[in-house]
Amino acid sequence: MIIQTENPSIEAHNLTVIYHRKPVLWNIDFTLPKGQIIGIMGPNGAGKSSLIKAILGLVPVNSGYAKIFGKSFDEVRQKVSYIPQRQTVDWDFPATVQDVVLMGRYQQRGLFGKITQEDKVLAASALEKVNLGGFVNRQISQLSGGQQQRVFIARALAQQAELYLLDEPFVGVDAATEQAIIALLQQMKSEGKTIVVVHHDLHTAKEYFDWLVLLNASLIASGPTSEVFTEELLKSTYSGKLTVLSQVGDQLRERNFPVREA
Amino acid sequence: MNNLREFIFLTEPNIILVVMGTLILCGMAALVGCFTFLRKRALVGDAVSHSVLPGVCLAFILTGEKNPLYFLIGAIITGLASLVIMEWLGRNNKTRPDTAIALLLSVFFGLGIVLLTSIQHSGNAGQAGLDKFLFGKAASITKDDVLLFAISSIFIVGGIIVFLRGFTVLSFDENYAQSIGFPVKRLRFILAFITVWSVAIGIQAVGVVLMAALLITPALAARMWTDSIIKMLIIAVFIGLLSGYTGAFISYTAPAMPTGPWIVVMATFMAIISMVFAPKRGYLNRWRETRNNNRITLEENILKLFYGLGEKTGNPNGAIIKEDLNNARSFDPSQLSKGLKILQKKGYVNDVLQTWQLTPEGLIAAQRVVRLHRLWELYLQKYLHLNPDHVHDDAEAMEHVITPEIEAQLDALLGNPQTDPHNTKIPPAI
Repeated sequence: MIIQTENPSIEAHNLTVIYHRKPVLWNIDFTLPKGQIIGIMGPNGAGKSSLIKAILGLVPVNSGYAKIFGKSFDEVRQKVSYIPQRQTVDWDFPATVQDVVLMGRYQQRGLFGKITQEDKVLAASALEKVNLGGFVNRQISQLSGGQQQRVFIARALAQQAELYLLDEPFVGVDAATEQAIIALLQQMKSEGKTIVVVHHDLHTAKEYFDWLVLLNASLIASGPTSEVFTEELLKSTYSGKLTVLSQVGDQLRERNFPVREA
Repeated sequence: MNNLREFIFLTEPNIILVVMGTLILCGMAALVGCFTFLRKRALVGDAVSHSVLPGVCLAFILTGEKNPLYFLIGAIITGLASLVIMEWLGRNNKTRPDTAIALLLSVFFGLGIVLLTSIQHSGNAGQAGLDKFLFGKAASITKDDVLLFAISSIFIVGGIIVFLRGFTVLSFDENYAQSIGFPVKRLRFILAFITVWSVAIGIQAVGVVLMAALLITPALAARMWTDSIIKMLIIAVFIGLLSGYTGAFISYTAPAMPTGPWIVVMATFMAIISMVFAPKRGYLNRWRETRNNNRITLEENILKLFYGLGEKTGNPNGAIIKEDLNNARSFDPSQLSKGLKILQKKGYVNDVLQTWQLTPEGLIAAQRVVRLHRLWELYLQKYLHLNPDHVHDDAEAMEHVITPEIEAQLDALLGNPQTDPHNTKIPPAI
C-alpha cells in the first residue's frame, strides 16, 4: 500500500542504490507529507540508513532521484538537517559540546565565515532545548550515550532547518532520553517542522509516528500509520524475504553482470 | 662540550642550516600528523611515507641532478599516486583497507629500493648520498634545501590555518560535513596533498622508513595533554620541534648516527613522558586516583565496622577488642592494620592496650558513612525497586562517592527518613 501526498516534503522517484552489485534500495517511489513525524522501518539490512543517505546524496544513486520540497537537495540544503548515527563518530575526539553544536552553524557560515556571538547564542539555546544547558564546555568524551545523541540533535537544531532526518536516534539510549527526544520531536512538529526517523522498534512505532514507510530493499508500504501498521504489511516487511530479488542479485554478482543495461 | 656550545648558540653557519631545516621538517610533520592521527589513518601515513621513495629516485634518474625541488615533485607524485590507488582499491575492488595499505607500502617501497640500488650501481658519481632518504641525514641539509622547506612550510601551515574548520569537521564527522555542503572531496584532497608534501620534505631528516612515526608520535603525545584541537596542534608542533632539535644534535655530534632514528627515539621518549605524566589522561594520575579511591574505601569500611559493632553493644565509642575486629568482617589482615594506621594518624581511632577505640571525631566520620550507606539503600529500594536483601552490595560502592549536596537531595527526596530497609536506625546528619 503506497499512499501519495500532495505538496510533499520528500519525493523519491524510482530510487535505486547498489553496493558492490547488491541492490540495497530497489525502485523506491514515494511522497512523504510535510509537518509530520515519519518513521522509516524495516529489518536489518533493509536499506533504511541508505535511503536517508541517498536522499542527501551521501551515497551514489544508481538510478532515479529524490527531491526535497520539490527541489534538488543542493538547492534546499539550508532547510535540511541530518543527524547521523551517533556510533559513526569517535567521541574521544578533542572537542567540547559547544564545538560540536557550533558545527550546526557552519552550514550558514561556510568554510571560512566567522562564528558570531549570535551563533553561540543559537548553539546555547539548542542545548537548552535538549536539556544540556550546563554542558557547554563539557568534553564530548565524558558524555553518556543519551547525552551524545542529544548533542547531535542540538547540532541539528542549531541549523534551524525545516526538515530533520534522524538515523536510529534511539539506539543505545536510556528510556528517559528516548522520551525526552520524542517530546522534543513532537514540539518541533508543532512548529511545523518535518521529521524523518529511521527506527527499528516495532513496539513504539505506532505511538511515535504519524506516517510510516515500510522498507525491505524495495518499498513495501508508505502511508499514515493507522493504515500502514497492519499485521499483513508488517509481515511482508519483516518475514517475507524478497527471495526472488536477492536471487537475481546473487546471479548478477556471480556472473559479473551489470545491474543496468549499458 | 664544544659541540654542545656550538649547537646551542648556533655559532656555525652549517649548524644553523641543519637545525633550521630539521625544525621546519619536524614541526610540519607534527602539525599535519595531528589530522592523520585524528582521522585514524596512521597506517595510511606509513604507506604514503614509504611510497615517496620511488618518486625521489625517478626524479634523479630523469634529471641526473640532486635538486631538492625535483626530489620534492617526484616524491609528491608517487606519494599521491599510492594514495589514489589505495582509495580506488577500497572503493571498487572490495579490497580491505589493511590489505590495500600493506600492498601499496611494500610495492612502492620495493620499487624505490630497486631504483635506488640500480642508481647506486650505475656508476653515476652524483648519486652519493641518495641513501640518506632511507633513514634521514640532517647533516646533509643544504641552503637550497632550507629555502625549499621554508617555502613549503608557509603553504603547509597556511593551508592548515585556512582550512582548519573544514579539516576538523572532516576528521570528526565526514558524513555530516558533506550534508552541510562542505566540499568533502576537495577537502580530503587538499589535506592529502598537504600531508604528502610534508612527508616529501620530512624524509630529508627522518627517512621514509621512520617518517610515519614523526607524523603520529607528536600527535599522540599532544592528545594526552589537552582536549582542544587547537591546543593539540600547537603542543604537537612543539613536541615535533623538540624531538627534531635533540635528534639533530645527537646526529651532528656523532656523525655516524643517522638522524631519523634519533629524532624518532626522542619523540617516543616524549610520548612516553606524556602518557605517564599528563594530567587527567596520564597513567600516573589514573594510578593515583585508583590508590586514593582504594584508601577511602578501606578507611570508610573500617569506620562502618566500628559503628556497627558499637551498635550491637549499645556503646558507640566503646573499646573493641582487636580479635573481634578481625573476625567481624572479611578484611585482609594487612589491609586492616594499614587502614587502622591511617585512621590513627587522622585521629579517628586510638590504640588502647588490646583494644581499638573510636575518638569523637572518628565517631562523627563513622556516623556519616553509615548514614550515607543507609540512605542510599533506602533510595535503591524505593526508586529502583530493589529487594531489601539486594541493596546492600550496591550501596557498598556508592556510599563512598556521595557528596554532601547529593546527601541533602537524598534526604529531602526520601522525606528525612529515620530507618533503612533493614529497619535499623539511620544516624542523623551532623
